[in-house]
Amino acid sequence: MATERYSFSLTTFSPSGKLVQIEYALAAVAAGAPAVGIKAKDGVVLATEKKHKSILVEEHSIIKVEVVTDHIGMVYSGMGPDYRVLVKQARKVAQQYSRMYQEPIPTTQLVQRLAAIMQEYTQSGGVRPFGVSLLICGWDADRPYLFQCDPSGAYFPWKATAMGKNFINGKTFLEKRYTEDLELDDAVHTAILTLKESFEGQMSGDNIEVGVCSSKGFRRLTPAEVQDYLANIA
Amino acid sequence: MSILHYNGGCVVAMKGKNCVAVATDLRFGVQGQTIATDFERVFELGPHLYIGLPGLATDTQTVYQRLQFRIKMYEMREGRKLKPQTLMAMVQNLLYERRFGPYFVEPVIAGLNATTKEPYICALDLIGCATEPADFVVSGTCSESLYGMCETTWREDMEPDDLFECISQSLVNAFDRDALSGWGAVVHVIEHDKVTTRYLKCRQD
Repeated sequence: MATERYSFSLTTFSPSGKLVQIEYALAAVAAGAPAVGIKAKDGVVLATEKKHKSILVEEHSIIKVEVVTDHIGMVYSGMGPDYRVLVKQARKVAQQYSRMYQEPIPTTQLVQRLAAIMQEYTQSGGVRPFGVSLLICGWDADRPYLFQCDPSGAYFPWKATAMGKNFINGKTFLEKRYTEDLELDDAVHTAILTLKESFEGQMSGDNIEVGVCSSKGFRRLTPAEVQDYLANIA
Repeated sequence: MSILHYNGGCVVAMKGKNCVAVATDLRFGVQGQTIATDFERVFELGPHLYIGLPGLATDTQTVYQRLQFRIKMYEMREGRKLKPQTLMAMVQNLLYERRFGPYFVEPVIAGLNATTKEPYICALDLIGCATEPADFVVSGTCSESLYGMCETTWREDMEPDDLFECISQSLVNAFDRDALSGWGAVVHVIEHDKVTTRYLKCRQD
């Protein structure tokens, strides 16, 4: 039957020991829109570029920074449709956890479980790996968390990081700018400046997106709030 | 008579000032016939966390073992100790999963929150419906007598020694009026720095 033709895993080892499907997935991520995450003393910030193919696009109906639970949010670099699958899974995992234990899911638990799902897609039949890397931020047990989750299922805790197009320049910029005693407001500025390094054209509240997480929970900033931060930078 | 009363036994837990106590009798029987007088149905699940599982003895043991499995998996996965409230949610899930073929136990949980030192008690029915009162919880074959005893002896903010006296008197005097429980008792008094376990001498008839 035709449906059985690709029911084996597409991710197989090359003679040199590499999984080229995963490297292609990472290439898809590196070609995607930049995303930045920075951990501050009193919170975390996520920021990403949101450029549109056409000026006719209704920009406010496209959302990249998503809320997972009250205290966890995420953003991506790579393929948009794959990201929405993962957002749906993340919310489901979070609800399953709070149904089971009557408490919100710790960020580390959500990351571990999402990474397990991403790993599964590198070993299962009939599927391909996700073409996205995730930045997941959260606040629990009185401290901030920031993780990156790759298509291979690997995950890393960061103080600050950048993904997507020009991520190497972004990381170098962050290495110079990052300090341990950063406040959340400063972190938002630094995140926007990091995006600005590789941004082509004029930044506005409509072509970047910012999310912040603190003891009050996770929230996506409105275009007007982003515009205020941009005005302070200029 | 309900299968919950087949083997007999009862458990009570009480809140005190920065402490909690949980106590049980030691009888294991088959209807009127006493088989053993050293059957423990209160188990330690953590440094400040105890659960009592009165009801059908076979389910007491099964529920305890399955709960231990889930707790060990949780603590390994999350790298932290279980909170009493989390244990309650876990027990609720375990029991409600068997909604239409339940384990015949009605658990009682007593413990202190490891970080806040907050006392916690609760009781569940056999399909996992919990009550979390501020004073005491009872469960088992002589729960009616236990209610009566606890309602008259319990006072707010008891120190560990007073709490021990209160819970012991309540338990012993309640199960002495019950043929299906008694034959000795164990009392655990849980404080933030120590747990005191005492075995009581009781009527053996």
